[in-house]
Amino acid sequence: MMMPLMLIELKKVFGRKRSYIGFLALLLLVSILQIAMWVEGKTLIDMVTQSLKDSFVMEGNLLNGYFISFMLMNALWVLLPFLVTFVAGDSVAGEAHSGTLRIMLTRPISRTALITAKFTASVFYTFLIVLFLMVISLGVSSVIFGTGDLMVYRTSLSIFPEEEVLPKFIMAFGFSFLGMTVVASLAFLFSTLTNNAIGPIISTMAIVIGFTIITNLNIEAFQVVRKFLFTTYISSWMLFFDFEPDWQQIGISILVCLGHILVFFFSAVWIFNRKDILT
Amino acid sequence: MIEGSFIEVKSLRKKYGGILAVNNLDFTVFKGDIFGFLGPNGAGKSTTIRMILSLVKPDHGQINIFGLALSRNRNRILSGIGAMVEEPRFYEYLSAYKNLEILSRLSGKQTNRKQIMDALALTGIEERWNSKVKTFSHGMKQRLGIAQAIVHDPELLILDEPANGLDPRGMKDMREIILRLNHEFGKTILISSHILKEVEQMANRMIIINKGEKVVEGNVQELLDAAVLDLRIEVSEPLRAFELLKKNFSAIVTRLESDDMLIMKVSKPEIPIINKTLVDQGFKVYAINPVNSLEQYFLEKT
Repeated sequence: MMMPLMLIELKKVFGRKRSYIGFLALLLLVSILQIAMWVEGKTLIDMVTQSLKDSFVMEGNLLNGYFISFMLMNALWVLLPFLVTFVAGDSVAGEAHSGTLRIMLTRPISRTALITAKFTASVFYTFLIVLFLMVISLGVSSVIFGTGDLMVYRTSLSIFPEEEVLPKFIMAFGFSFLGMTVVASLAFLFSTLTNNAIGPIISTMAIVIGFTIITNLNIEAFQVVRKFLFTTYISSWMLFFDFEPDWQQIGISILVCLGHILVFFFSAVWIFNRKDILT
Repeated sequence: MIEGSFIEVKSLRKKYGGILAVNNLDFTVFKGDIFGFLGPNGAGKSTTIRMILSLVKPDHGQINIFGLALSRNRNRILSGIGAMVEEPRFYEYLSAYKNLEILSRLSGKQTNRKQIMDALALTGIEERWNSKVKTFSHGMKQRLGIAQAIVHDPELLILDEPANGLDPRGMKDMREIILRLNHEFGKTILISSHILKEVEQMANRMIIINKGEKVVEGNVQELLDAAVLDLRIEVSEPLRAFELLKKNFSAIVTRLESDDMLIMKVSKPEIPIINKTLVDQGFKVYAINPVNSLEQYFLEKT
């Protein structure tokens, strides 16, 4: 029964027009930023490298698809949680609100199977959103701007040779998927608690924004709590672009993300199995 | 287990917060029944139906369906049930056919295109099979609600207010569909309704609940026969008839309603005796009508 259930859930997700809003928003924003970089990118690169030109000889195409893609990932990272929450938060609560959940649950399917299928559909949607961002930012930018060495400024300026860049991006996008799955799982958990999709979406975003502010503000008092917040770990994709990535930290981040996903998912299963369907 | 029972509810209780929705409820639905489930708003009908469908967990009590305990055989039991709980809701962006396809696939039985089309035909909406549900009227959605309940050919149908919001024509059609499902296709049906006349015309057995508790359960006809009804008698010389009836039936409350109309509170078996008395005494009896039989019974009991 699991396979047909999953297919049904996927059909439902992709049968709704609003599921495509995320893809459309990404396409629009990436296109705007690509056009802007096409017009103004060279000036930007000149500004960044101005001080370096006295000491180094800059050769090759620095305004390339990799550079644009890295920039797009940084810029759109804040948008992705909104997009995945939109679908995951609606997954159970939306159906409870519309009354279709009760019609599903009068069928001989276990609640655990149904919630697992819904969760899988939300995770698959998250995967497609991240994959879509990868294709249009990395793929399309590489076609338009070409490829080359990647210049990145994090704690210090790093320039990675072209042949090292693609694996870094694949790992970074892979980790982004994991990070966004944590957000989707949280929205999904909230979705089992209410009968209205607005609640889970707003709650998840409030938590993500609140935790991100605490994570990023350089305040001593926040140092203690920071390591307990999942937002500290979900943005660890950036570590892949350090000159010498801290693999131990990346490993910890992966484990923390997986731990959160499992806790959120099993909590959702537990709650849903005990939930009275009153709508 | 009671012999021949399809649904057996024992000592069922459910509390929401501090509110007791269902309390110590017992009833039995037998194979082949059209079982009317009556009660005023907030009596606990929907909560009971949701517990039977395992949408809501009882705090106490037992539900056996097809001779199996629901708590241990949920999926096996639900594969033999078709249900419509309150106003039927569908995936509005999908067609009627697609909705039934999804729901029948979840029923654990192989359902082919013909069965889906048959369910749509039986409920009279086959011509709109490919239309999106969002274009359907309320009445069509009610029909689709019945179609989704029968598409996987269940033995037992549980219909919660199936005629709710329908116009008289729609209600008549719905009644005919339900009777056909019982008589022609042998379905056992539990039907809750606040439209008492509907239940009276369809159900062979019924239960009335109030404030979560059973008031009465039994055969509809027997319950109505035993019930005290308001009888409206149109007769010649009503004043003299009134005096006669008061003298001969002193235990029965009789009053003169208008110049040619008497009202008596009687049980059904007493009606022919009253009629005979009037005729024997030379009165012309133009009409004897029970007033709102089941409705009055329902009001008296709740």
